[in-house]
Amino acid sequence: MKTYRLPLFIHSVPAGFPSPADDYLDRSLDLNTYLIKHPAASYLARAKGDSMEGCGIFDGDLLIVDRSLEAQHGQIIIAALDGQLTCKILDKSKQCLLSANKNYAPIRIGEFSDLIIEGVVIHSVRHHVIP
Amino acid sequence: MFCLVDCNSFYASCEQVFRPDLRNKPVVVLSNNDCFIVARSAQAKAMGIGDLQTVFDIKSWLQQQNVAIFSSNYPLYGDLSARVMETLNLFSSRVEIYSIDEMFLYLEDINNQSMNDYGHKIKTTLYKHTAMPVGVGIAPTKTLAKLANRAAKSIPKCEGVCVLDTPKKWDWMKKRTPVNKVWGISSRFSARLADVNIYTALELANADPKFIRRYFNVCVERIIAELNGHACLSLEEIPAVKKQIYCSRSFASKTTRLQTILDAVSLYVARACEKLRAQQSLSASLQILLYAATYENNYYNSHRVIQLPYPSDDTRLISGIARTAVQHLFKPGIAYMKAGVGLLNLSDKKHQQLDMFHPGQSAKTDQLMMVMDKINKIHGKNTIYVAAEGVHKKWAMRQAWRSPSYTTQWHELPEIQC
Repeated sequence: MKTYRLPLFIHSVPAGFPSPADDYLDRSLDLNTYLIKHPAASYLARAKGDSMEGCGIFDGDLLIVDRSLEAQHGQIIIAALDGQLTCKILDKSKQCLLSANKNYAPIRIGEFSDLIIEGVVIHSVRHHVIP
Repeated sequence: MFCLVDCNSFYASCEQVFRPDLRNKPVVVLSNNDCFIVARSAQAKAMGIGDLQTVFDIKSWLQQQNVAIFSSNYPLYGDLSARVMETLNLFSSRVEIYSIDEMFLYLEDINNQSMNDYGHKIKTTLYKHTAMPVGVGIAPTKTLAKLANRAAKSIPKCEGVCVLDTPKKWDWMKKRTPVNKVWGISSRFSARLADVNIYTALELANADPKFIRRYFNVCVERIIAELNGHACLSLEEIPAVKKQIYCSRSFASKTTRLQTILDAVSLYVARACEKLRAQQSLSASLQILLYAATYENNYYNSHRVIQLPYPSDDTRLISGIARTAVQHLFKPGIAYMKAGVGLLNLSDKKHQQLDMFHPGQSAKTDQLMMVMDKINKIHGKNTIYVAAEGVHKKWAMRQAWRSPSYTTQWHELPEIQC
């Protein structure tokens, strides 16, 4: 899983003084480390359906889910709702799971015998050109 | 203190991570080519489904009982195992990967009063981060940590965590543990221990070490010390070199099919050879055992000991010879109940008696077997294996019930309802 990128020295130094710029050498940017803080607890998933379009999550988008985070009020979460993995907004004050689409009614927590919060959606990725 | 973290029914639990609908339900995982049941969730065990049962005979019953059946999915298991190991690094800088689903941690700087809390923290964190249920056993030696883990899993009041930090506590557990469940005591050894009236772990712990050393060996003496709280095994060591290695199992129901027996025997050879290499021994003789159903009219048991061409730990060589032997022993029309293999006449690999007329096992074979074991240890049993274990065609391995590779394939990611 881990990839290592070696920095490229931009200035060749046959002799004499090294370029002062080499001290400020940057690593290449790595989306993994930028997006994922807890790699062992993070999973990728695929969104199916239109109930979260108001949050900018469309059918086929990639979801990055962190299981290690404690879900906060208002966050987009993944829940196991009667055994099915579902993406919703957590409303702690009203004890509800909200969709981001007016065609879907809120789901009261407790109405369902079995609700487990599986993780927090920390990012979603939209493809503007189909990969 | 040593801490053993052992995943509950690892392969079955892996299948439940992305299938919340299957949690707390009976789940079984099959071996390569869908021959045998190699993992069972707690609910499946409670239904009486046995380890290494052939699936062929009970398939329709399983489906009727709504048992979820999965072909083995090693890419998934390997990835989830790596996540468990990485998460454990949060709790100790010293972690030994004992197998794909068991890890020893060395715990320093934690006082004994808070050990139980620490164990629960390990368990709840692992479940939150990776959805993997585990048992946690903590004790001053590795052998006692194994015992503590057994208690953690078998005593409901423990809730998955058990600390055996005082002689009073470990004696309580030792009294309730049959001696063959002690780490490093094989069923062969326990039969010999029964001859001298040692049946429980406590009786072994209280035995005279000098007597045990004389009648058994120094490894058993070391187990006694470990059972009494004196750490002899450090992180990464392997205990107890065995003089014979056996692997035998009963089939779920009697079979008259040669192919089933051949597949089973190849699987047993592979497991026995893995154990052989783990203790750095070579075997010079191979025993094949076939047991017919006792209540049949044509009652027929047979076994054969075959001399290997040279002392070896090569799964390929031994498996080939075993298969030939089975073909000779097998009689059509007889219903077989059980098969077994034994590796006998073991010698230390490092001090080999070389044969004047045969060069013995090649260094190339040693390397291949080492790589094979390494891969199987890290990525799970049977990631790679000898084709004789039950692949009719290499390119068409039977995997009728394989789950998606949720974490390693872009087109198999879990789907979330939005």
